[in-house]
Amino acid sequence: MIDTDAVRGDFPILERRINGRRLAFLDSAASSQKPVQVLDAMADIYRNSYANVHRGAYTLSHEATEAYEEARHKVAVFLNATSDEEIVFTRSATAAMNLFAYGWGLNNLKSGDRILTSVMEHHANIVPWHIIARHTGAELRYMELTDGFRLDLEGAQDRFDERVKVVAVSGMSNVLGTMPPVGEIARLAHEVGAVLLVDGAQLVPHAPVDVQTLGADFLGFSGHKMLGPTGIGVLWGRRALLESMEPAEGGGEMIRDVRLYESDWAEVPHKFEAGTPPFVEAIGLGAAVDYLSAIGMDNVLQHDRELTGYALERLAGVPGLSIQGPADTVDRGGAISFDLTGIHAHDVATILDQEGVAVRAGHHCAKPLLRSLGLTASTRASFYVYNVPEDVDALVDALGVARRIFGLDGP
Amino acid sequence: MALEDLYREVILDHYRNPRNRAALGQANAVADGHNPLCGDEVRVELLIEGDEVAAIGVTGHGCSISQASGSMMGDAVKGRSIETIRILTGRFKGMMSIDGAGDPGLDPNRPGAVLGDLESLQGVRKFPVRIKCANLPWTTLEEAINNFVASH
Ligand SMILES: Cc1ncc(COP(=O)(O)O)c(C=O)c1O
Repeated sequence: MIDTDAVRGDFPILERRINGRRLAFLDSAASSQKPVQVLDAMADIYRNSYANVHRGAYTLSHEATEAYEEARHKVAVFLNATSDEEIVFTRSATAAMNLFAYGWGLNNLKSGDRILTSVMEHHANIVPWHIIARHTGAELRYMELTDGFRLDLEGAQDRFDERVKVVAVSGMSNVLGTMPPVGEIARLAHEVGAVLLVDGAQLVPHAPVDVQTLGADFLGFSGHKMLGPTGIGVLWGRRALLESMEPAEGGGEMIRDVRLYESDWAEVPHKFEAGTPPFVEAIGLGAAVDYLSAIGMDNVLQHDRELTGYALERLAGVPGLSIQGPADTVDRGGAISFDLTGIHAHDVATILDQEGVAVRAGHHCAKPLLRSLGLTASTRASFYVYNVPEDVDALVDALGVARRIFGLDGP
Repeated sequence: MALEDLYREVILDHYRNPRNRAALGQANAVADGHNPLCGDEVRVELLIEGDEVAAIGVTGHGCSISQASGSMMGDAVKGRSIETIRILTGRFKGMMSIDGAGDPGLDPNRPGAVLGDLESLQGVRKFPVRIKCANLPWTTLEEAINNFVASH
């Protein structure tokens, strides 16, 4: 159980009133709010220990470097990684997946090879593969969904063959909430000798993740969706694979030696961290990881699940509302997308905002998925540690207002 | 309440019963517009005869504001000269600009450039994120006309 009163007290923004109403912030899947602990950790570095990392031989630089590497250690422990060196800091989940696509994909794929992904992916796990496919001649293949909005692994069995060199799937869909069976996908991928990249942008913030048992070979995620700041993300990879992977960017920090016509790379993870890294943001992420660990990721998952169950139940009572996503809370996270007959998602979001309810409307950066569902836009409510049943009630009430304004309640 | 300023009955009527909705069989000017933010898409097809828009088709999908704006726009520009349409477009966009209060373009007596129903979209100005929705059909119309002018 989460003590939501105590948690909410750590998030100053939740006290804001929006259009005179209590804020019901239901867009954490896009980006979460930040507790004071994260804000303070970053302010503390800027105020007291700020200097560039891994360079100066002076006190401030040393302190900043220590704090940066300490953050890496916290993330490693959070994921149960074998060593801190398996944690590569990036700008975001998007940058993490691009790093993998360019560093691994560009150098290991060739014409005739296949990249297997799924229709429920975020653009960040599709567009890089379009680029890599164009460069290498490899072909992109998709796994489909079942009618129940689950990944159709049954139907995709025949797509796992020796031509598949990389499988790239989301650990939790930001639209459907679906959490596909990563372990099972890993087994199928490894059987044919493919490596598995998991897009953990939604999974890592919302569920306990242990990379020793997850089954993935690489995992990318963003700090800003898990109480941390923007501008920081992580690519975790198995050490041996990271060591054999090429860097995607060159510059300072990532080299051992540079001559006129060639250079040698630094050891992992530094060979993937060209230039001054977003180290203050990494330190902020470290504080966010501390915060989540103190709550316990099992509790986070359970809390999201309870709210999701309550929301699914309440939303079922809204006439004309259909949910795109599993109807129960099994292997499902707290992102609920829906369509309201007769009202476009954009209108829903505007009306909800007037009622203090913040939701996302649009294609959620998953256009292939929405197209396959016959939609161009939907509305999404998503939950996190600071949400309470009252937020769900505010959502349902505001949907009633939307229906009234659009004259959907009959004459 | 502000929401009632936005969702006027005439807007909802155009949203539910869009005018000029059919694709034109014999269009000679076409443009597609989209708002990548929310996925709204609109296609404007024109049949331009001489310097006049003889027929217009506005198709696509999107929110009530973009759809109603496109529907009203079709009514407003049909049978008008390109020059008048350009004035009308300027007025509409003026009305939509955040500081558009008291825009002189709203003089309903000015011949040939009457916004009519379109004035009902004034309330959109109070919802800055929605201004793009209202302007989308107009920007697409401008593009269709520019395409036509450039190729003739
Ligand atoms: C499933 C999923 N993958 C990737 C991303 C990309 O994350 P970011 O924009 O932080 O790089 C997101 C965020 O919207 C997401 O939900």
